[in-house]
This record gives sequence, C-alpha cells and structure tokens, in this order.
Amino acid sequence: MIAAYLILLLSFGGIVYFALMGHKEEIGRHNVWFNGIALFLSLWLAIEVFNSGTLLSSSQYFIVDSFNVYLIVLTAFVGLTTAIFSDPYMDHEKQLGKLTDSRLKLYYSMYQGFMFAMYLVLTTNNMGILWVAMEAATLATVLLVSLYRTPESVEAAWKYFILCGVGIAQALFGTILLYYAAMQIGDTENSLMWSVLFDNAERLSPDILEIAFVFMLVGYGTKIGLVPLHNWLPDAHSEGPTPMSAVLSGLLLNDALYAVVRNKMLVDGATGSNIAGLQMMGFGLLSFLVAAFFLHRQKDIKRLFSYSSIEHMGMMTFAFGIGTPFATFAALLHMTVHSLTKSAIFVTVGHAAQIAGTQRIEKIRGLIRTQPKVGWGLLIGTLAIAGFPPFGVFTSEFLVLLATMESYPWLTPLLLLGIGIACAGLFRNIQPMVYGDRPDGQQAIKANLWPVMIHLTIVLWLGLAIPNALADWFTQATILISGSAPL
Amino acid sequence: MNIEQIDLYTQIILSLAGLITLCSFIMLGQGRLLRLVVVFALQGLLLVLATALAAYSFSNHHLYISAVITLVLKVLFIPWMLSRHILKLKMHRDVEALKNKTSVMLGGASLVIFSYYVLHPILADSTIILLNALALSLAVVLLGLLLMISHRQAIAHVVGFMSIENGLFFAAIVSTRGMPMVVELGVAFDVLVAAVLFGIFFLQISSSIDSLDVDRLNRLSEVDE
Repeated sequence: MIAAYLILLLSFGGIVYFALMGHKEEIGRHNVWFNGIALFLSLWLAIEVFNSGTLLSSSQYFIVDSFNVYLIVLTAFVGLTTAIFSDPYMDHEKQLGKLTDSRLKLYYSMYQGFMFAMYLVLTTNNMGILWVAMEAATLATVLLVSLYRTPESVEAAWKYFILCGVGIAQALFGTILLYYAAMQIGDTENSLMWSVLFDNAERLSPDILEIAFVFMLVGYGTKIGLVPLHNWLPDAHSEGPTPMSAVLSGLLLNDALYAVVRNKMLVDGATGSNIAGLQMMGFGLLSFLVAAFFLHRQKDIKRLFSYSSIEHMGMMTFAFGIGTPFATFAALLHMTVHSLTKSAIFVTVGHAAQIAGTQRIEKIRGLIRTQPKVGWGLLIGTLAIAGFPPFGVFTSEFLVLLATMESYPWLTPLLLLGIGIACAGLFRNIQPMVYGDRPDGQQAIKANLWPVMIHLTIVLWLGLAIPNALADWFTQATILISGSAPL
Repeated sequence: MNIEQIDLYTQIILSLAGLITLCSFIMLGQGRLLRLVVVFALQGLLLVLATALAAYSFSNHHLYISAVITLVLKVLFIPWMLSRHILKLKMHRDVEALKNKTSVMLGGASLVIFSYYVLHPILADSTIILLNALALSLAVVLLGLLLMISHRQAIAHVVGFMSIENGLFFAAIVSTRGMPMVVELGVAFDVLVAAVLFGIFFLQISSSIDSLDVDRLNRLSEVDE
C-alpha cells in the first residue's frame, strides 16, 4: 500500500516541482525521471497485490485490487513512454516558436497534474473522490488543449471544458443517488466506499441504482467518448499537443471506462440482472459503428485516430456490457493493447506531422522515403490497431467476437461490419501518407522512436502469447468483475 | 397530507426548492448578462440557507462548513468574477434576445415534469420532502443544461454550468444531508479551479474571436468544406 501513497505523493510533488522550477534545458528529462520512478513504484505495488491479494488501506480510502492494479501499471508505463517522447517533441515545438518557456513549464506541471488525477481515479475507494479526480483530470488537461493559443485550439478547449464538465456533472447526480441508496441501509460514515457498497450490493435498492447507473453511464460516458457525447474528443485530440493526445487516448478514456465498470459491478449486485450491461452494449455498439463510418471522412490525421479511439472504446464498452467472464477477459485485454497501440500511433503521428509541417492528411506524403522509421512505425501501428494478426488487438477483437457469438450471436455481423469499415477507413488514408512521392524539401527530423518500438513489440508479444503472469492477472480481475473465471 | 402536518423544516426546504427552481426559470428567460449573474447569486444564497437549515435541523455540523464554502464561492467569488468580466468586456449593455423564448420556457416546464417522471420509481416509497426536492434539484440540473443550449454568450454558459452544480449540491443536501466532507471539499475545489479557468478562457476567447459569442466558435466541425 505504501507504494500507492508514494505514487500519489510523487505525482503531486511533480505538479509543484515543475510549476516552481525556473526554466531549465533538462526540464523534459526530469519529467521522464518522475514517470520512471512512478513506473517502478507501480511495479512494486503490482508485486504486492500479486502476493497478498486485494489491498485496502486502514482508513479504507484507498483500494488496490487485481482490477485496478494492472491499469495503474499501464498508466505509469504509458506515462513514462509518452514523457520520453514529449521531451524532444516539445523542444522541437519550442524551436518552431510555437511555445514559450512559461507555456512549457505549464505543460510539464499539468502533465504531472493529469498523472496525479489518473492515479487518484484508479486507487481511490470512495466513489465521490473518484468523481472529483475524474473532474480534476479534465481541469488539468483543459489548459493543455489550448496550449498553442490558436483560435482553433481555444475553441477545442472550450468545447472540451464545457461538454466534459456538464457531462460529468450527470455522473455526480448518479453518485448522489448511489449515496442515497447506501444511506437507506445504514452506516453513513463509509457509505460511499466502493468496498463497503460492493459487500452490501444485494441490499441496495435496485430501483435507485438502475436510475443512478443511467446518469453514471451518460456522465462518465462523455469522458469515454461514447457517441453521441463524443464531440469534444476529436477536437481536443487534433488541436492539443500530440503527447496529450497519446495520454488522453491511452489513459483518460480507459479510466473513465474503469469508473463505469466499477459502478456496473454495484448495479449488477443490486439488481441481480444485466440491465446495466445492456445499456452499455447499446451505447458501445452505437459508438463503434458511428466512429467506423466517420473514419472515412477525416481530413486531419489526429482526428482520424481519435475516431479510431472512439471506435475501440465503443467495442470495450460493448464487451464489458455483455458481462460474461469471457467477454470481460476480452475487454480487459483490449483495454491494454488499445492503450499501448494508440499511444504508439500518436507518437508516430506527432513526428509525421512535424516532418510534413501540417496535420492535413492530403499534405502528408512519402513518409517512408523521408524518414523510414516514422513511415514504418505508422504503417505497423495502423496494422496493429486495425486488428491484423498477429498483433494483440487481433486477439482481443477475436475474443470479443467469440464472446458475442456465445451470448448474442445476431450482433456478430454488425461487429464484423464495423471492423471491416474501420479497417478500410484507416488504410485508404494511411496508404498514400506512408508511400507516395516525397514532397520537395521534406526533411527528416530528430525523433525518438524507442517508445513506439517498445509498445508495438509488447502488442505483438501479447498477440503471439500472453505471459502466464498477465493471464493470471486478467483472470483474477475477471473473477472480481463478473464472478467466475473466463475458461 | 395536509400542510399543517408537515414539520417546519420540511416546509421551509420545500419552499426553498421551489424558489431555487424559480431562479433557474428566471435565468432561462434573462437577456441581460448582469441580471443573469445577480439571479445566479440569489440562487446560491437560497442554497446557503438550505444548507444551514439542514445543518441546524440535523445538528450535522460539517454542513455549516459547506454552507460557508458555498457562500464564499457561489454567492461572492464567482458572481464577482463574472460581473467584473462583463464590465471589462463592456457587455453589460448588451441584451441577448432569445429567438424563441416561448418554446424555451415551455421546454423548461416539460423538463420539470420529466424530472418527476424519471425519479418516480425512487420517490414512490419515500417521504414528501424527497419526492419534491430531489425531482426539483434534477430539474435545476436540466434547466442549467437548457440555459447553456439556448444562450449564445460564453458568460451565460458559465452561469448555466455553475447552476448545474447548484442543483447537484441541493440534491445532496436534501437526499442525503450532504455528502461526506472529503467529497464536498473536493467538489468545491473543482468548482473553484473551474471558475478560475473560465476566467482565463474568457480572455483567450475574446482575444481569438473578438467577442464571447460562442456561435462564432465554429472553426472545428465535421462538415466538409
């Protein structure tokens, strides 16, 4: 448990450290160190959970179990690799004159602020604090989206602020209803503690929880980017700095989904049916299909991949909604591989946009001829995210399909259709960018592609064979979420 | 049930619930930004009264702290900040004519009925105070949303956003006599940070589009050029 406190302290200290530190050349490298230590601590925490099961702090305010511990490790890992990427990237942006020193300071300080909010979302046991941390994550990132202060980025940040703020207010109403239901069975002091609620789930009023869940799903669903609440997402992704897109897609969306699943576990216990899951399935499937179609009409490379994020989040929401152990296992795996692949893609997209000097798809050409590493990275990343074997996304999508065939066979064609449309949408845009003639005067830039290679190697590895330890972990999380082992 | 049979606390809370909802309706039809902010402050004040009353009736002392925080934040700080921006940007003389005031008002009325309908399964087996107060607080939340949809000025959006918070806070007071202290402090902190950020955004927006009319924030869209 100490490791969890240390992670929170470290990232909180990071906010203050970067805000106070005068500008130094190595500010980006310090950020890497902060995130590196966090990764080390998260692994320590994971080992602790692995050895002794669920950890609950003595004050009951923090809980680390098999479900959130792997998300903590994932958060720390993506946080670290994105920090490694953002060091040269932000320096390059500064050289282009897009940023000043004080903005850079703001960027690093809020980067840590975002990480702090994410760790708090994942470790807290209190449903109210969970909401507060989720809102804090919006507040931390909203200034980053408008970092460049162009009219477009200000507009995107404003939309993001308003839509997510209002959306997530609905989740607070849901949380209040949850608290109300908990108060009817007594014990006011710890009534919002997830572990207490989970233990007494059968005694909670099913009527109240059903209504509460609708508000939670709409509220946190705004953050997940579920259609029709997704409008902020492509704007915020395309106008903000690229490292922010990587962590937003790789981490924030996951953690919002995590909040929904935690609540679903309570509702399932209270109602004894899968009514919450059906809502998630509907919402998820709609997002999945709509986003797949939208992939075809994008003109901005970062908007393209943000729609791909909506598509994948839709599929995960759908899979968690099915609720069978098998589907839950698939969803957990999909969460992991999607985070890794998507953050790797945004890293390469950032470099590609810097090479071409624009984010317009029609102006980015001949990447392989200019800088082969970036071109291949983008191509392989896209192959992985589109669900080609032998990458991990293929495995998890395949498992989701199998789980759907098991429970709702008539929905499988829709899923297959969506995957096909999305794949076509990605490749018709990617192909000319990667191949094609190199425009005159296009230069290679200083790029750090280690994060991309590491991420894609892990995704490939997960597609070929899931290590035993990780499979055990997912199995335990599945038992926790859906009551029994997947196989 | 007869009105005399209800205890004083319940009577006052129900009246306050009615008045808070009324404030939301006044805001909905308000065209002048300064008055909008004044009505918002008034709604905050009613909320403070409700909180203090609940604190007194249930001798729930931490609610006094919440009442003070609400007073400072929603009655003093945020209205002060908003009106300062309005005066600085010289928008206090602008009248924002709502094109379809009647339908907005009718929409607001139907939202109230809708809230009663949504919460009906819960309310069926609970007390009269909850029946009305919880439904009305949901109505305040939805009216705040409607305010944001129907107005074009960024300032009106912020007022809508904050009145949604008011509705949520009122729901927490009447249904559960306040959330746990940590949560309330956290929410108050978020509201404070949000208010400061809104101030920063007013400057950014007005320098980028030269007004605070969010209809002119239209560069990003899915429509093909």
